[in-house]
Amino acid sequence: MKILLVDDEAEFIEALAERLALRNIEAEWTADVDQALEMAGQKEYDVAVLDVKMPKMNGIELKRKLQVIRPAMKFLFLTGHGSGEDYLSGADEAGSGNYLAKPLDIEVLIRIIREITS
Amino acid sequence: MKIKLARLKPAFWGHKDHASSLRKDALNFKALWYRTVFFTSIAAVVPLLFLATIDYNVTKRAAESEIMLRTGRLVSNTRRTISFFLEERKAALDFIAHDYSLEDLRDHRQLASLLAHLKATFGGFSDLGIIDMAGDQIAYWGPFGLEGKNYGIQPWFRNVVEQGYYISDIFLGYRKVPHLVIAVKKPLPDNRFYIIRAAIDTDRFCRILAQMKVEGNGDVFLVNREGILQTPSRFHGDIMGRLDLEIPPQAPATRVYQCRNARGRPLIIGYRYIAGTPLILMVIKEKQRLMSPWHQTKSRIIWFLGFSVFVILLVVTSSATYLVSRLYEADKQRLASLQQMQYANKMASIGRLAAGIAHEINNPLAIIAEKAGLIKDLFQIRGQYQNDRRLLSLADSIMNSVSRCATITRRLLRFARNDDSRPEPAAVGQVVEEVLGFLNKEAQYRGLDIEVDIPDQLPPIVTFRSRLQQILLNIINNAFAAVPDCGTIVIKARDTGSGNIEIQIRDNGAGIAAENIGRIFEPFFSTKTDRGGTGLGLSITYNLVQELGGSIRVESRVGEGTAFTVSLPKKIDSSGENVKNENLACR
Repeated sequence: MKILLVDDEAEFIEALAERLALRNIEAEWTADVDQALEMAGQKEYDVAVLDVKMPKMNGIELKRKLQVIRPAMKFLFLTGHGSGEDYLSGADEAGSGNYLAKPLDIEVLIRIIREITS
Repeated sequence: MKIKLARLKPAFWGHKDHASSLRKDALNFKALWYRTVFFTSIAAVVPLLFLATIDYNVTKRAAESEIMLRTGRLVSNTRRTISFFLEERKAALDFIAHDYSLEDLRDHRQLASLLAHLKATFGGFSDLGIIDMAGDQIAYWGPFGLEGKNYGIQPWFRNVVEQGYYISDIFLGYRKVPHLVIAVKKPLPDNRFYIIRAAIDTDRFCRILAQMKVEGNGDVFLVNREGILQTPSRFHGDIMGRLDLEIPPQAPATRVYQCRNARGRPLIIGYRYIAGTPLILMVIKEKQRLMSPWHQTKSRIIWFLGFSVFVILLVVTSSATYLVSRLYEADKQRLASLQQMQYANKMASIGRLAAGIAHEINNPLAIIAEKAGLIKDLFQIRGQYQNDRRLLSLADSIMNSVSRCATITRRLLRFARNDDSRPEPAAVGQVVEEVLGFLNKEAQYRGLDIEVDIPDQLPPIVTFRSRLQQILLNIINNAFAAVPDCGTIVIKARDTGSGNIEIQIRDNGAGIAAENIGRIFEPFFSTKTDRGGTGLGLSITYNLVQELGGSIRVESRVGEGTAFTVSLPKKIDSSGENVKNENLACR
C-alpha cells in the first residue's frame, strides 16, 4: 500500500511519513502541491492524505486534480479544523468520516486508511 | 400609598436599572414627556382660555349694554309721561286763555267752575289765578287766599312775560307746600296781556314715579338744575333735599352713563332734561345687582372652564404617558435588537478568532505530537532506548499534554463553530458537557457541586446546536454567579412525552426578588449593573429559546435558589424561525 502525504507543514508530514514507515506502510510526502501532482503522475498511490488548508491550492482542489490523474486513488483529509467551512467542505468532499483533525492519532489514521482501501 | 404612587409612575420615568453605557443613544423620555405635555397642553388650553376670555368680555359688554339700553328706555318712557302731564295741563290753560275773555275769568264763579272742571278732567290742579301786567293777582280761586298778591318781582313772572309760558320747578312758595306752577301769557290788543296761573300738586308726580318698578335696587326721581330733589328718592335724599350726586351735564336726548357713588359702588345713571322745564328726570340703578345673573353665569362658566382644563390636562398627560411609554418600549426593543446584533457579531468574531487561533495552534501541536510520536516509535519499534523507561515516560508526557491541548482547541472550535445554517441532531448531555467543560476549573476552584442528571437514553433533539449551547451557557453562567462558594447546581433533562425535551438548571443561590421576577427577561433589566451586568443575557436567552421554538420559565425563592426550565421541541420547524407569541405566556 502506497500513501501520498501532502501538507504545507513539512516537519509534520515528514515525521508522519517516518512513523508510517516504521509501521511498514510506504508513505511519500511533499509540502508542495505541484510536486504532489507530479509525484502522482509518476507513481501510483493507493491513498492520498491531504491537508485541507494549504497555500497555492487547497486540499479539495488538489483532490480533484489528482482524481483526474488517478481515478482509483482514495483520499483522506487532514484539517487544523480552522473554520466551519473548512471542516464542512472537507467532510463533504472526502465522504462521510474521511477526515481527521490535527493533532493526529496515528493508529486512527492507519485504521481509516485500511478501511477506505479495503 | 408610596407603593401605589410608584405603580402609577411610568417605566420610562427612571431607567437606572439599565446599563447606562448601553443607553447612550436612547432618548431622554422624561424630557420628551415634559415637552409633549407642555406643548400639547398649551395647544389645547390656550385657545380655550382665549375663547373663554373673549366670551367673558363680549358677554360682559352685552350685559352692560343691555342694562344701559333698558335704563335709557325707562328714562325716555318716564320723560314722555311727565312731559305729557305737564304739556296737557299747559294746553288746558292755553285753551282757557283763548276761549274765555278776561272779564269772564275775573268772575270768581266762572274761575271756580273752571278749576272744578280742570280738577275733574285732568287732575292735579290745586288753584287757579289771573295776574295782570303789573304782577297783581287780580282774580284767584283756590284754598290759599292769594288774591291781591303781587308776583311782579318773581323770576317766573319775567319768564312768562318773555317766553309766553312758564313751568316752574317744585317749590314751597307762600303756601309752604311743595308744588309747581304753570303760567300762560294771554296777549291783548294794545300790547297788553294777562297771565293765567295754576298750581299743580307734586303728589301726582310722586305717585307716577313711585309706581314705577325699577330693577337693580333702582331709584327714579326728578331733580332741578341746582341739584334739589323735586320728588322723593329711595336712596338719594328726601324731597327738597340736595342730591348726593353730581348733576349730569345738559344733553338734548336721553343719556346713560356709569359712575361710582361716595361708597365706591358702581351705578348706572340714566337722565333726561325735560324740555321747557327746569326739571331733570334721573334713573339710578346699582350695577352689581343688575349684573348678578351674569355673575352667576360667569361663575358656572369658570367652573366649567376649570373642569374642562382639568379634563384636557388629564387626557394630555395620559396620552403623553401612553405614547412616550410606547416609544420607550419600542426604543428599548430597538436597542435590545441592536445590542443583540452587536453581541452576535461579537460572538461570531470571537468564534472566528478562536477558530483561527485553534488552527494556528493545532498545526504546531500536530508537529509536536508527530515528533514525540516518532521519538517513541524509534524507542519502541527500533528498540533503541526501549528499556529507558524515563525517556519513554517523557515522550508519553509530551503526547498526553498535546492531547490535552488538542482537546481544548477542539472544544473551543466546536463551540465557536457558528454553523447555524441548518438544524442538526444534538445530544443534550453532550452539549451540557461541552458547556461545563469551560466552567469546570471555576467549579473546582470554588468547590461547587455540579450534578448532571441527564439519562443516556434521552433522545437527541434536532435543533440549532450553537444556539442551544449559548442558551445553556448563559443560564449556567447565571447559576455560577448566583451560588456562593461550595454551592450546588443541578442540571436535569427529561423527555416530557409531548414532543418536548425539558432541561432544568437549578441552583441554591440567592434567588430573585418577587418584584424582579416578572422583569428578568426584559432587555436591559439587570440587578448587576454595578458589576458590569448589561441586562441582555437573559433577554438574549429568551429570544434564542423562542427561535428554537421553545419556552423558558423561572421559579425562584429568595434565599432558597432559582430554577430555569427550558422546554425545546425534539425537532425544530424546518424554517427554524418560530413565532414568538406562544412564549409570552411562559414568562
